[in-house]
Amino acid sequence: MTDLSTHQLHFSYADRPVFEQVSMHLKPGEMLALLGANGAGKTTLLKTLARQLKPTSGEIFLDAKPLTKLSRRGLAQQLAMMPQHENRGASLSVYDVVSLGRTPHCGWLMPLSNDDRSIIDQALSSTGLTELQNRSVHEISGGEWRRMILARALAQDASVLLLDEPTSGLDLKYQHDCLERVRNLTHDRKLITVTTLHDLNQAAMFADRLALLANRELIAIGPPNQVLTADLIRKAFSIEVAIMKHPMHGTPLVVPCSGAMGRAVKNQARST
Amino acid sequence: MILLVAFGLLLALAVSSLAVGAVPIPMAGVVDWMLNKEDSGLSVAQRTILWDLRLPRIFIACFVGGSLAAAGVGFQGLFRNVLADPYVIGASSGAALGATLVVVAGVKLSLGGLGATVIGPMLGSIAVVLVVFVVGSLGRHGSALTLLLAGIAISSMTNAIVSLLMFLNDQKAIVILSWLMGSLAGSDWSVVWVTSVAAPLGFILLWGIARQMDAFLLGDAASQSLGLSLMQFRMLLIVGASLLTASAVGSAGIIGFVGLISPQIARLLIGAKHCWLIPMSSCVGAIILIVGDAIARTVVAPAELPVGIVTAMLGCPFFLSLLLSSKTAGRM
Repeated sequence: MTDLSTHQLHFSYADRPVFEQVSMHLKPGEMLALLGANGAGKTTLLKTLARQLKPTSGEIFLDAKPLTKLSRRGLAQQLAMMPQHENRGASLSVYDVVSLGRTPHCGWLMPLSNDDRSIIDQALSSTGLTELQNRSVHEISGGEWRRMILARALAQDASVLLLDEPTSGLDLKYQHDCLERVRNLTHDRKLITVTTLHDLNQAAMFADRLALLANRELIAIGPPNQVLTADLIRKAFSIEVAIMKHPMHGTPLVVPCSGAMGRAVKNQARST
Repeated sequence: MILLVAFGLLLALAVSSLAVGAVPIPMAGVVDWMLNKEDSGLSVAQRTILWDLRLPRIFIACFVGGSLAAAGVGFQGLFRNVLADPYVIGASSGAALGATLVVVAGVKLSLGGLGATVIGPMLGSIAVVLVVFVVGSLGRHGSALTLLLAGIAISSMTNAIVSLLMFLNDQKAIVILSWLMGSLAGSDWSVVWVTSVAAPLGFILLWGIARQMDAFLLGDAASQSLGLSLMQFRMLLIVGASLLTASAVGSAGIIGFVGLISPQIARLLIGAKHCWLIPMSSCVGAIILIVGDAIARTVVAPAELPVGIVTAMLGCPFFLSLLLSSKTAGRM
């Protein structure tokens, strides 16, 4: 079992600070959604966690061990990152790309073992890609591409999953499918998942904890009903919202509103 | 499967091109001679031509074509751009400078039977690539783009020096110019030994990182998250590809087009997965150069055309027909 923590993490591009003093601790079996306005530093934080960017100061610990002490390969065995964009020009097949997820384990030279192949098959079937496995990467749709990258991250068999907007470009069904799959995997396999999301309601529905980035700081981290308050959301997104209760899940439901309409919705929410 | 077919075709073409040349030698005699039959029916002169001229030349054509094609795959992978070729980071201009210096200074040095016109270009090409790599890695992140731009800048300076030297030594310019066009005419066994060591070494190095090249194709971030150490990977790739390029330019001068077009043809035939693409590309490159050289030494016999002219004229229509055929069009 791995746990992931950051201590006073600080990152700046040249002299423009992106975030400061980010400290958090994540336990196995936990899914954390990173929220924040555009440019709040969600992706930067995720990339720092994946050691694709070097923090200006502060440290990240995986299992109480500093991330910087691990080799690239050692890191890849424990931590998989699903980026927002990737080069899609390569004419590799879906199977080829997913099988690359095994390289941190089997090495760059050794052929895939039977174990590797069964893990790949499992990753393909759990993302519903088995029938597409021989398609070329540029013959699949944007949504299928995202599922393929998720399958590759699963094949990597890492205990930490970092997902950068896994639902963007997916239709509603696949958005929910994807998040549900990730949540179930996180809980079943006791993984740590950190995902950036834009949809606050989905974040509340699927994540165990939410972290809200604003003004270069982590202004809140905790369960959905503590983070998704009108005050904090105003601070982070500069928008008036009413917080309601999801009719089925009981999670907070964020309803954006503005002007007179906004005040009316707000009053109604207060009276019920 | 298609790789085996290509390899078979390569062998067949290599053997049959032994029979082709200014002095015609019957095919049956060539086969008998190769099977070491005493009564091959060939005269002493014919056997000398086969052993001392044609056989080393065909070996070199094979190695040079295969090397350039594999190096082309390497550089196209490094820059994630199918327009890259083995000369993109200065190997050719370095080789040209090496050759020019040797010709201008009239160096007659020979090392283990190797003439200065083999060693000069090899060293020149390695030296310039080394300079480009060091300069290109000094930049902010040592990115592929910095490397490419450093390559372009340093190449053009090196080419300028070559032009200057040719201008100042105009009586030797024609010697340099014919070297620049690339030719297999100078092939002998001493050159075969060098390329048969350097080329396979570079090939194995490149083939060994085939899966890393697949991952690298997906982008810097993606390949890093799959456990690839970018700096180390780039270095291995450049060392392998430059070794291949240096052995090719040392043996045959600057032959263009093969290193650019063979990877593309191979990609259309077998796909982009590097563990297949690298050997396939080498086969294609070797075939192109063997056929090109066979044509180069026959069409205007007993004179010869520079082989680079033939390969470009031959490869282009073949490549275009592959490009336009609907069956393979999606594989680029």
